[in-house]
Amino acid sequence: MKAWMLPHRVVMLALALALVVWCALRLRWDWLPEYLPLLAQGLWRTVWLLIVTSVLGMALAIPIGLAMAEGPWVLAAPARLFCTIIRGTPLLLQLWLLYYGLGSLFPQFPWIRQSDLWPILRQAWPYAVLALTLSFAGYEGEVMRGAFKGVPRGQLEAAKAMGMPRLTILRRIWLPLAIQRALPTLGGETVLQLKATPLVATITVVDIYAVANRVRQDTFIVYEPLILLAAIYMILTGIIVLLFRWLENRVPTRTL
Amino acid sequence: MQALIEALGLQQTLDLLALSPPGWGGNLLGGLANSIQIALGAFGLGLVIGIFGAYGKLYGGPVTRDLLAIYTTIVRAVPELILILILYYAATDALNKALVNAGFDRIQISGLAAGIGVLGIVQGAYATEVLRGAILAVPPGQIEAARAMGMPPMKLARRITLPAMLAFALPGLANLWLIATKDTALLAVVGFAELTLETKQAAGATKHYFTFFLAAGALYLVITLVSGRLFARAERWARRGEPGAARGGR
Repeated sequence: MKAWMLPHRVVMLALALALVVWCALRLRWDWLPEYLPLLAQGLWRTVWLLIVTSVLGMALAIPIGLAMAEGPWVLAAPARLFCTIIRGTPLLLQLWLLYYGLGSLFPQFPWIRQSDLWPILRQAWPYAVLALTLSFAGYEGEVMRGAFKGVPRGQLEAAKAMGMPRLTILRRIWLPLAIQRALPTLGGETVLQLKATPLVATITVVDIYAVANRVRQDTFIVYEPLILLAAIYMILTGIIVLLFRWLENRVPTRTL
Repeated sequence: MQALIEALGLQQTLDLLALSPPGWGGNLLGGLANSIQIALGAFGLGLVIGIFGAYGKLYGGPVTRDLLAIYTTIVRAVPELILILILYYAATDALNKALVNAGFDRIQISGLAAGIGVLGIVQGAYATEVLRGAILAVPPGQIEAARAMGMPPMKLARRITLPAMLAFALPGLANLWLIATKDTALLAVVGFAELTLETKQAAGATKHYFTFFLAAGALYLVITLVSGRLFARAERWARRGEPGAARGGR
Protein backbone atom coordinates (compact mmCIF):
# COMPACT_ATOMS: atom_id res chain seq x y z
CA MET A 1 0.00 0.00 0.00
CA LYS A 2 2.86 2.32 0.87
CA ALA A 3 4.28 1.97 -2.63
CA TRP A 4 1.15 3.58 -4.04
CA MET A 5 1.40 6.66 -1.84
CA LEU A 6 4.60 8.05 -3.40
CA PRO A 7 3.87 11.59 -4.67
CA HIS A 8 4.53 10.86 -8.36
CA ARG A 9 2.36 7.75 -8.25
CA VAL A 10 -0.51 9.69 -6.70
CA VAL A 11 -0.26 12.21 -9.53
CA MET A 12 -0.12 9.42 -12.13
CA LEU A 13 -3.10 7.64 -10.59
CA ALA A 14 -5.06 10.89 -10.62
CA LEU A 15 -4.14 11.38 -14.28
CA ALA A 16 -5.19 7.83 -15.13
CA LEU A 17 -8.45 8.30 -13.26
CA ALA A 18 -9.06 11.57 -15.11
CA LEU A 19 -8.43 9.76 -18.41
CA VAL A 20 -10.93 7.04 -17.51
CA VAL A 21 -13.54 9.62 -16.49
CA TRP A 22 -12.91 11.58 -19.69
CA CYS A 23 -13.29 8.38 -21.74
CA ALA A 24 -16.52 7.52 -19.94
CA LEU A 25 -18.05 10.98 -20.33
CA ARG A 26 -16.79 12.34 -23.62
CA LEU A 27 -16.67 9.24 -25.82
CA ARG A 28 -19.73 7.57 -27.27
CA TRP A 29 -20.93 4.58 -25.30
CA ASP A 30 -24.62 4.66 -26.32
CA TRP A 31 -24.12 1.52 -28.44
CA LEU A 32 -23.22 -0.52 -25.37
CA PRO A 33 -26.71 -1.58 -24.14
CA GLU A 34 -27.72 -2.77 -27.59
CA TYR A 35 -24.62 -4.91 -28.09
CA LEU A 36 -24.21 -6.08 -24.51
CA PRO A 37 -25.68 -9.59 -25.08
CA LEU A 38 -23.47 -10.09 -28.13
CA LEU A 39 -20.42 -8.85 -26.22
CA ALA A 40 -21.13 -11.26 -23.38
CA GLN A 41 -21.45 -14.14 -25.86
CA GLY A 42 -18.21 -13.13 -27.55
CA LEU A 43 -16.41 -12.87 -24.23
CA TRP A 44 -17.66 -16.32 -23.25
CA ARG A 45 -16.46 -17.75 -26.56
CA THR A 46 -13.01 -16.21 -26.11
CA VAL A 47 -12.69 -17.62 -22.59
CA TRP A 48 -14.06 -21.00 -23.73
CA LEU A 49 -11.54 -21.15 -26.59
CA LEU A 50 -8.71 -20.22 -24.25
CA ILE A 51 -9.59 -22.86 -21.66
CA VAL A 52 -10.37 -25.68 -24.10
CA THR A 53 -7.31 -25.17 -26.31
CA SER A 54 -4.98 -24.71 -23.34
CA VAL A 55 -6.17 -27.91 -21.66
CA LEU A 56 -6.13 -29.96 -24.88
CA GLY A 57 -2.81 -28.44 -25.91
CA MET A 58 -1.29 -29.23 -22.54
CA ALA A 59 -2.55 -32.82 -22.78
CA LEU A 60 -0.70 -33.08 -26.12
CA ALA A 61 2.37 -31.23 -24.89
CA ILE A 62 3.12 -33.67 -22.06
CA PRO A 63 3.73 -36.71 -24.30
CA ILE A 64 5.54 -34.51 -26.84
CA GLY A 65 7.83 -33.08 -24.19
CA LEU A 66 8.41 -36.52 -22.72
CA ALA A 67 9.28 -37.93 -26.14
CA MET A 68 11.78 -35.14 -26.78
CA ALA A 69 13.33 -35.35 -23.34
CA GLU A 70 13.77 -39.07 -22.86
CA GLY A 71 12.08 -40.91 -25.72
CA PRO A 72 13.76 -43.11 -28.33
CA TRP A 73 14.62 -41.26 -31.52
CA VAL A 74 11.64 -42.80 -33.34
CA LEU A 75 9.41 -40.72 -31.07
CA ALA A 76 11.77 -37.83 -30.43
CA ALA A 77 12.41 -36.97 -34.08
CA PRO A 78 8.74 -36.51 -35.11
CA ALA A 79 8.06 -34.58 -31.90
CA ARG A 80 10.96 -32.25 -32.61
CA LEU A 81 9.82 -31.82 -36.22
CA PHE A 82 6.30 -30.98 -35.04
CA CYS A 83 7.59 -28.35 -32.61
CA THR A 84 9.89 -26.81 -35.22
CA ILE A 85 7.10 -26.52 -37.76
CA ILE A 86 4.58 -25.10 -35.31
CA ARG A 87 7.05 -22.64 -33.84
CA GLY A 88 8.53 -21.72 -37.20
CA THR A 89 5.37 -20.62 -39.01
CA PRO A 90 2.81 -17.93 -38.10
CA LEU A 91 -0.33 -19.09 -36.32
CA LEU A 92 -2.45 -17.13 -38.80
CA LEU A 93 -1.01 -19.24 -41.64
CA GLN A 94 -1.66 -22.49 -39.75
CA LEU A 95 -5.20 -21.38 -39.02
CA TRP A 96 -5.90 -20.52 -42.65
CA LEU A 97 -4.23 -23.71 -43.87
CA LEU A 98 -6.52 -25.80 -41.68
CA TYR A 99 -9.69 -23.80 -42.29
CA TYR A 100 -9.41 -23.16 -46.01
CA GLY A 101 -7.33 -26.25 -46.82
CA LEU A 102 -9.24 -28.90 -44.89
CA GLY A 103 -12.44 -26.95 -45.42
CA SER A 104 -12.05 -27.29 -49.19
CA LEU A 105 -10.81 -30.87 -48.98
CA PHE A 106 -13.56 -32.40 -46.85
CA PRO A 107 -16.55 -31.70 -49.14
CA GLN A 108 -14.84 -33.73 -51.88
CA PHE A 109 -15.40 -36.94 -49.95
CA PRO A 110 -19.06 -38.01 -49.98
CA TRP A 111 -18.64 -40.25 -46.93
CA ILE A 112 -17.53 -37.27 -44.85
CA ARG A 113 -20.46 -35.21 -46.05
CA GLN A 114 -22.89 -37.96 -45.19
CA SER A 115 -21.40 -38.64 -41.79
CA ASP A 116 -22.92 -37.36 -38.56
CA LEU A 117 -19.89 -35.16 -37.99
CA TRP A 118 -20.57 -33.04 -41.08
CA PRO A 119 -22.78 -30.42 -39.37
CA ILE A 120 -19.87 -29.80 -36.99
CA LEU A 121 -17.15 -29.88 -39.64
CA ARG A 122 -19.05 -27.29 -41.68
CA GLN A 123 -18.62 -24.73 -38.94
CA ALA A 124 -15.49 -22.72 -38.29
CA TRP A 125 -14.88 -23.37 -34.61
CA PRO A 126 -13.48 -26.93 -34.89
CA TYR A 127 -10.68 -25.58 -37.09
CA ALA A 128 -10.05 -22.74 -34.64
CA VAL A 129 -9.84 -25.20 -31.75
CA LEU A 130 -7.57 -27.52 -33.74
CA ALA A 131 -5.18 -24.77 -34.83
CA LEU A 132 -4.95 -23.16 -31.38
CA THR A 133 -4.52 -26.55 -29.70
CA LEU A 134 -1.70 -27.61 -32.02
CA SER A 135 -0.01 -24.25 -31.61
CA PHE A 136 -0.19 -24.44 -27.80
CA ALA A 137 1.07 -28.02 -27.90
CA GLY A 138 4.03 -27.01 -30.07
CA TYR A 139 5.19 -24.21 -27.77
CA GLU A 140 4.40 -26.10 -24.57
CA GLY A 141 6.13 -29.24 -25.82
CA GLU A 142 9.43 -27.34 -25.77
CA VAL A 143 8.66 -25.98 -22.31
CA MET A 144 7.80 -29.44 -20.98
CA ARG A 145 10.93 -30.93 -22.56
CA GLY A 146 13.04 -28.55 -20.52
CA ALA A 147 10.93 -29.18 -17.43
CA PHE A 148 11.18 -32.97 -17.71
CA LYS A 149 14.94 -32.73 -18.19
CA GLY A 150 15.26 -30.39 -15.24
CA VAL A 151 13.81 -32.80 -12.69
CA PRO A 152 16.69 -33.94 -10.47
CA ARG A 153 17.81 -37.46 -11.44
CA GLY A 154 18.03 -38.49 -7.81
CA GLN A 155 14.25 -38.19 -7.41
CA LEU A 156 13.63 -40.59 -10.28
CA GLU A 157 16.35 -42.97 -9.19
CA ALA A 158 14.96 -43.03 -5.67
CA ALA A 159 11.51 -43.89 -7.02
CA LYS A 160 13.02 -46.62 -9.18
CA ALA A 161 14.97 -47.98 -6.24
CA MET A 162 11.72 -48.22 -4.28
CA GLY A 163 10.41 -50.47 -7.04
CA MET A 164 7.83 -48.06 -8.41
CA PRO A 165 6.47 -49.03 -11.84
CA ARG A 166 7.39 -46.61 -14.63
CA LEU A 167 3.91 -45.21 -15.14
CA THR A 168 3.55 -44.56 -11.43
CA ILE A 169 6.91 -42.77 -11.41
CA LEU A 170 5.64 -40.57 -14.23
CA ARG A 171 2.32 -39.89 -12.54
CA ARG A 172 3.50 -39.43 -8.99
CA ILE A 173 7.03 -38.03 -9.25
CA TRP A 174 8.15 -36.95 -12.69
CA LEU A 175 5.10 -35.11 -14.02
CA PRO A 176 4.26 -33.17 -10.83
CA LEU A 177 7.86 -32.01 -10.43
CA ALA A 178 8.09 -31.06 -14.10
CA ILE A 179 4.83 -29.09 -14.03
CA GLN A 180 5.94 -27.37 -10.86
CA ARG A 181 9.13 -26.25 -12.63
CA ALA A 182 7.21 -25.16 -15.70
CA LEU A 183 4.45 -23.23 -13.89
CA PRO A 184 5.92 -19.72 -14.20
CA THR A 185 6.53 -20.27 -17.94
CA LEU A 186 3.09 -21.80 -18.39
CA GLY A 187 1.51 -18.65 -16.97
CA GLY A 188 3.26 -16.52 -19.56
CA GLU A 189 2.39 -18.95 -22.33
CA THR A 190 -1.28 -18.92 -21.34
CA VAL A 191 -1.28 -15.14 -21.65
CA LEU A 192 0.26 -15.54 -25.13
CA GLN A 193 -2.48 -18.04 -25.97
CA LEU A 194 -5.12 -15.51 -24.88
CA LYS A 195 -3.46 -12.97 -27.16
CA ALA A 196 -3.65 -15.47 -30.02
CA THR A 197 -7.39 -16.09 -29.72
CA PRO A 198 -8.56 -12.98 -31.66
CA LEU A 199 -7.01 -14.50 -34.79
CA VAL A 200 -9.97 -16.89 -34.99
CA ALA A 201 -12.13 -13.91 -35.95
CA THR A 202 -10.49 -14.10 -39.40
CA ILE A 203 -12.17 -17.45 -39.99
CA THR A 204 -15.61 -16.20 -38.91
CA VAL A 205 -15.61 -17.45 -35.32
CA VAL A 206 -17.48 -14.78 -33.35
CA ASP A 207 -15.29 -14.11 -30.34
CA ILE A 208 -15.15 -10.82 -28.42
CA TYR A 209 -12.81 -9.33 -31.01
CA ALA A 210 -15.20 -10.15 -33.85
CA VAL A 211 -18.09 -8.59 -31.91
CA ALA A 212 -16.11 -5.39 -31.39
CA ASN A 213 -15.31 -5.31 -35.09
CA ARG A 214 -18.98 -5.72 -35.92
CA VAL A 215 -19.80 -2.78 -33.68
CA ARG A 216 -17.19 -0.76 -35.53
CA GLN A 217 -18.71 -1.66 -38.89
CA ASP A 218 -22.33 -1.17 -37.83
CA THR A 219 -21.99 2.15 -36.06
CA PHE A 220 -18.87 3.70 -37.66
CA ILE A 221 -17.50 4.32 -34.18
CA VAL A 222 -13.74 3.86 -34.50
CA TYR A 223 -12.04 4.10 -31.14
CA GLU A 224 -14.48 3.15 -28.42
CA PRO A 225 -14.88 -0.58 -29.22
CA LEU A 226 -11.10 -0.91 -29.52
CA ILE A 227 -10.57 0.77 -26.15
CA LEU A 228 -13.15 -1.51 -24.57
CA LEU A 229 -11.47 -4.51 -26.21
CA ALA A 230 -8.03 -3.53 -24.93
CA ALA A 231 -9.47 -3.07 -21.42
CA ILE A 232 -11.17 -6.48 -21.53
CA TYR A 233 -8.00 -8.26 -22.65
CA MET A 234 -5.99 -6.50 -19.94
CA ILE A 235 -8.49 -7.64 -17.31
CA LEU A 236 -8.35 -11.22 -18.64
CA THR A 237 -4.54 -11.11 -18.59
CA GLY A 238 -4.64 -9.87 -15.03
CA ILE A 239 -6.92 -12.73 -14.03
CA ILE A 240 -4.60 -15.30 -15.66
CA VAL A 241 -1.54 -13.82 -13.96
CA LEU A 242 -3.26 -13.82 -10.56
CA LEU A 243 -4.52 -17.37 -11.08
CA PHE A 244 -1.05 -18.69 -11.86
CA ARG A 245 0.47 -16.75 -8.95
CA TRP A 246 -2.10 -18.39 -6.68
CA LEU A 247 -1.27 -21.82 -8.17
CA GLU A 248 2.46 -21.26 -7.71
CA ASN A 249 1.93 -20.31 -4.08
CA ARG A 250 -0.20 -23.39 -3.49
CA VAL A 251 2.51 -25.75 -4.66
CA PRO A 252 4.53 -26.72 -1.61
CA THR A 253 8.15 -25.90 -2.34
CA ARG A 254 11.18 -26.91 -0.37
CA THR A 255 14.30 -25.21 -1.58
CA LEU A 256 17.12 -27.68 -1.52
CA MET B 1 14.33 -34.83 -63.84
CA GLN B 2 11.32 -34.22 -66.06
CA ALA B 3 10.34 -37.87 -65.74
CA LEU B 4 10.60 -37.69 -61.98
CA ILE B 5 8.37 -34.60 -61.85
CA GLU B 6 5.76 -36.29 -63.99
CA ALA B 7 6.00 -39.54 -62.06
CA LEU B 8 5.25 -37.70 -58.83
CA GLY B 9 2.46 -35.66 -60.42
CA LEU B 10 4.15 -32.44 -59.44
CA GLN B 11 3.78 -30.69 -62.80
CA GLN B 12 0.64 -28.84 -61.75
CA THR B 13 2.21 -27.72 -58.48
CA LEU B 14 5.26 -26.42 -60.31
CA ASP B 15 3.04 -24.54 -62.77
CA LEU B 16 1.13 -22.95 -59.90
CA LEU B 17 4.33 -21.90 -58.15
CA ALA B 18 6.07 -20.67 -61.34
CA LEU B 19 7.66 -17.26 -60.96
CA SER B 20 6.07 -15.60 -64.01
CA PRO B 21 2.38 -14.65 -64.11
CA PRO B 22 0.29 -17.67 -64.76
CA GLY B 23 2.13 -19.07 -61.75
CA TRP B 24 1.96 -17.29 -58.39
CA GLY B 25 5.53 -17.84 -57.19
CA GLY B 26 6.52 -14.25 -57.99
CA ASN B 27 3.70 -12.90 -55.84
CA LEU B 28 4.71 -15.12 -52.94
CA LEU B 29 8.35 -14.02 -53.16
CA GLY B 30 7.26 -10.37 -53.35
CA GLY B 31 5.19 -10.91 -50.23
CA LEU B 32 8.16 -12.59 -48.58
CA ALA B 33 10.35 -9.58 -49.41
CA ASN B 34 7.74 -7.28 -47.84
CA SER B 35 7.54 -9.48 -44.75
CA ILE B 36 11.32 -9.52 -44.31
CA GLN B 37 11.51 -5.75 -44.79
CA ILE B 38 8.90 -5.16 -42.12
CA ALA B 39 10.43 -7.70 -39.76
CA LEU B 40 13.89 -6.12 -40.13
CA GLY B 41 12.53 -2.61 -39.65
CA ALA B 42 10.38 -3.59 -36.68
CA PHE B 43 13.23 -5.54 -35.07
CA GLY B 44 15.59 -2.59 -35.52
CA LEU B 45 13.09 -0.09 -34.15
CA GLY B 46 12.34 -2.48 -31.29
CA LEU B 47 16.06 -2.72 -30.48
CA VAL B 48 16.41 1.07 -30.34
CA ILE B 49 13.31 1.40 -28.13
CA GLY B 50 14.54 -1.55 -26.07
CA ILE B 51 17.98 -0.05 -25.39
CA PHE B 52 16.48 3.26 -24.25
CA GLY B 53 13.75 1.43 -22.34
CA ALA B 54 16.22 -0.83 -20.56
CA TYR B 55 18.44 2.08 -19.57
CA GLY B 56 15.37 4.02 -18.46
CA LYS B 57 14.12 1.14 -16.36
CA LEU B 58 17.53 0.57 -14.75
CA TYR B 59 18.90 4.08 -14.29
CA GLY B 60 15.91 6.39 -14.87
CA GLY B 61 14.03 8.37 -12.25
CA PRO B 62 10.89 7.00 -10.58
CA VAL B 63 8.52 8.62 -13.11
CA THR B 64 10.43 7.23 -16.12
CA ARG B 65 10.45 3.80 -14.54
CA ASP B 66 6.72 3.79 -13.86
CA LEU B 67 5.88 5.07 -17.35
CA LEU B 68 8.04 2.32 -18.90
CA ALA B 69 6.38 -0.26 -16.67
CA ILE B 70 2.98 0.89 -17.94
CA TYR B 71 4.21 0.69 -21.55
CA THR B 72 5.59 -2.83 -21.26
CA THR B 73 2.59 -4.05 -19.26
CA ILE B 74 0.03 -2.76 -21.74
CA VAL B 75 1.86 -4.08 -24.79
CA ARG B 76 2.35 -7.48 -23.22
CA ALA B 77 -1.27 -7.76 -22.07
CA VAL B 78 -3.17 -6.58 -25.17
CA PRO B 79 -3.20 -8.80 -28.27
CA GLU B 80 -0.93 -7.60 -31.09
CA LEU B 81 -3.86 -7.66 -33.47
CA ILE B 82 -5.72 -5.03 -31.43
CA LEU B 83 -2.60 -2.91 -30.94
CA ILE B 84 -2.09 -3.02 -34.68
CA LEU B 85 -5.66 -1.89 -35.30
CA ILE B 86 -5.47 0.88 -32.69
CA LEU B 87 -2.09 2.16 -33.84
CA TYR B 88 -2.71 1.59 -37.56
CA TYR B 89 -6.08 3.31 -37.79
CA ALA B 90 -6.20 5.54 -34.74
CA ALA B 91 -2.61 6.82 -34.99
CA THR B 92 -2.83 7.72 -38.68
CA ASP B 93 -6.22 9.32 -38.04
CA ALA B 94 -4.95 11.32 -35.08
CA LEU B 95 -1.86 12.41 -37.01
CA ASN B 96 -3.99 13.59 -39.93
CA LYS B 97 -6.37 15.46 -37.63
CA ALA B 98 -3.41 17.19 -36.01
CA LEU B 99 -1.98 18.07 -39.42
CA VAL B 100 -5.31 19.47 -40.66
CA ASN B 101 -5.73 21.50 -37.48
CA ALA B 102 -2.25 22.91 -37.91
CA GLY B 103 -3.11 23.92 -41.45
CA PHE B 104 -1.24 21.22 -43.37
CA ASP B 105 -2.57 18.74 -45.93
CA ARG B 106 -3.51 15.21 -44.95
CA ILE B 107 -0.79 12.68 -45.60
CA GLN B 108 -1.11 9.05 -46.55
CA ILE B 109 1.07 6.85 -44.38
CA SER B 110 2.43 3.91 -46.37
CA GLY B 111 1.54 0.44 -45.19
CA LEU B 112 5.22 -0.38 -44.86
CA ALA B 113 5.96 2.54 -42.53
CA ALA B 114 2.84 1.95 -40.45
CA GLY B 115 3.60 -1.77 -40.17
CA ILE B 116 7.18 -1.14 -39.10
CA GLY B 117 6.04 1.48 -36.59
CA VAL B 118 3.35 -0.68 -35.03
CA LEU B 119 5.36 -3.89 -34.79
CA GLY B 120 8.40 -1.88 -33.66
CA ILE B 121 6.46 -0.53 -30.69
CA VAL B 122 5.34 -4.06 -29.80
CA GLN B 123 8.88 -5.41 -30.19
CA GLY B 124 10.25 -2.53 -28.13
CA ALA B 125 8.30 -3.62 -25.08
CA TYR B 126 9.68 -7.16 -25.22
CA ALA B 127 13.18 -5.94 -26.13
CA THR B 128 13.14 -3.64 -23.08
CA GLU B 129 12.69 -6.65 -20.80
CA VAL B 130 15.27 -8.80 -22.64
CA LEU B 131 17.92 -6.08 -22.61
CA ARG B 132 17.19 -5.10 -19.00
CA GLY B 133 17.81 -8.67 -17.92
CA ALA B 134 20.97 -8.86 -20.02
CA ILE B 135 22.39 -5.63 -18.59
CA LEU B 136 21.69 -6.90 -15.08
CA ALA B 137 23.63 -10.08 -15.91
CA VAL B 138 26.81 -8.10 -16.66
CA PRO B 139 29.11 -8.41 -13.62
CA PRO B 140 28.70 -5.05 -11.81
CA GLY B 141 32.43 -4.94 -11.14
CA GLN B 142 33.11 -4.34 -14.85
CA ILE B 143 30.79 -1.32 -14.99
CA GLU B 144 32.10 0.01 -11.68
CA ALA B 145 35.69 -0.38 -12.88
CA ALA B 146 34.89 1.61 -16.01
CA ARG B 147 33.23 4.30 -13.89
CA ALA B 148 36.21 4.38 -11.57
CA MET B 149 38.45 4.98 -14.58
CA GLY B 150 36.35 8.07 -15.30
CA MET B 151 34.70 6.80 -18.48
CA PRO B 152 31.83 9.04 -19.62
CA PRO B 153 28.39 7.31 -19.63
CA MET B 154 28.02 7.10 -23.42
CA LYS B 155 31.45 5.59 -23.85
CA LEU B 156 30.78 3.20 -20.97
CA ALA B 157 27.61 1.99 -22.69
CA ARG B 158 29.36 1.64 -26.05
CA ARG B 159 32.57 0.02 -24.88
CA ILE B 160 31.59 -1.97 -21.78
CA THR B 161 27.90 -2.51 -21.04
CA LEU B 162 26.51 -3.18 -24.52
CA PRO B 163 29.28 -5.56 -25.73
CA ALA B 164 29.35 -7.40 -22.41
CA MET B 165 25.59 -7.87 -22.27
CA LEU B 166 25.32 -9.02 -25.91
CA ALA B 167 26.00 -12.66 -25.10
CA PHE B 168 23.24 -12.67 -22.49
CA ALA B 169 20.81 -10.78 -24.71
CA LEU B 170 21.24 -12.79 -27.92
CA PRO B 171 19.06 -15.82 -27.05
CA GLY B 172 16.20 -13.50 -26.10
CA LEU B 173 16.78 -11.34 -29.16
CA ALA B 174 16.77 -14.42 -31.40
CA ASN B 175 13.35 -15.27 -30.00
CA LEU B 176 12.20 -11.70 -30.60
CA TRP B 177 13.38 -11.79 -34.20
CA LEU B 178 11.37 -14.97 -34.78
CA ILE B 179 8.34 -13.32 -33.20
CA ALA B 180 8.89 -10.32 -35.49
CA THR B 181 8.93 -12.47 -38.63
CA LYS B 182 5.77 -14.28 -37.55
CA ASP B 183 3.97 -11.13 -36.38
CA THR B 184 4.28 -9.65 -39.87
CA ALA B 185 1.55 -12.14 -40.79
CA LEU B 186 -0.85 -10.13 -38.59
CA LEU B 187 -0.58 -7.20 -41.00
CA ALA B 188 -2.52 -9.37 -43.44
CA VAL B 189 -5.59 -8.54 -41.35
CA VAL B 190 -5.26 -4.82 -42.09
CA GLY B 191 -4.71 -5.59 -45.77
CA PHE B 192 -0.97 -5.20 -46.14
CA ALA B 193 0.38 -7.37 -48.97
CA GLU B 194 2.87 -9.47 -47.04
CA LEU B 195 3.48 -13.19 -47.49
CA THR B 196 0.41 -14.55 -45.71
CA LEU B 197 -2.07 -12.26 -47.50
CA GLU B 198 -0.43 -12.90 -50.91
CA THR B 199 -0.71 -16.61 -50.17
CA LYS B 200 -4.38 -16.34 -49.28
CA GLN B 201 -5.10 -14.41 -52.45
CA ALA B 202 -3.22 -16.90 -54.61
CA ALA B 203 -4.94 -19.80 -52.88
CA GLY B 204 -8.35 -18.19 -53.18
CA ALA B 205 -7.89 -17.45 -56.88
CA THR B 206 -6.72 -20.95 -57.82
CA LYS B 207 -8.57 -22.98 -55.12
CA HIS B 208 -5.33 -24.86 -54.41
CA TYR B 209 -5.24 -24.05 -50.73
CA PHE B 210 -2.84 -26.73 -49.55
CA THR B 211 -0.25 -26.04 -52.25
CA PHE B 212 0.05 -22.37 -51.46
CA PHE B 213 -0.27 -22.46 -47.69
CA LEU B 214 2.31 -25.24 -47.48
CA ALA B 215 4.63 -23.32 -49.81
CA ALA B 216 4.32 -20.21 -47.64
CA GLY B 217 4.85 -22.30 -44.53
CA ALA B 218 8.04 -23.65 -46.07
CA LEU B 219 9.23 -20.10 -46.76
CA TYR B 220 8.59 -19.04 -43.16
CA LEU B 221 10.32 -22.19 -41.95
CA VAL B 222 13.37 -21.41 -44.07
CA ILE B 223 13.59 -17.94 -42.51
CA THR B 224 13.32 -19.50 -39.05
CA LEU B 225 15.95 -22.16 -39.62
CA VAL B 226 18.41 -19.82 -41.36
CA SER B 227 18.10 -17.14 -38.70
CA GLY B 228 18.47 -19.78 -36.01
CA ARG B 229 21.85 -20.70 -37.51
CA LEU B 230 22.88 -17.05 -37.83
CA PHE B 231 21.94 -16.24 -34.25
CA ALA B 232 23.80 -19.31 -32.96
CA ARG B 233 26.89 -18.12 -34.82
CA ALA B 234 26.42 -14.57 -33.51
CA GLU B 235 26.15 -15.87 -29.97
CA ARG B 236 29.33 -17.88 -30.35
CA TRP B 237 31.01 -14.71 -31.59
CA ALA B 238 29.65 -12.66 -28.69
CA ARG B 239 30.90 -15.25 -26.22
CA ARG B 240 34.42 -15.38 -27.68
CA GLY B 241 37.04 -15.13 -25.01
CA GLU B 242 34.74 -16.40 -22.28
CA PRO B 243 36.25 -19.26 -20.33
CA GLY B 244 34.89 -22.60 -21.53
CA ALA B 245 33.29 -21.13 -24.63
CA ALA B 246 35.84 -22.67 -26.98
CA ARG B 247 35.18 -26.14 -25.64
CA GLY B 248 31.48 -25.76 -26.35
CA GLY B 249 30.59 -25.51 -22.67
CA ARG B 250 27.75 -23.35 -21.45
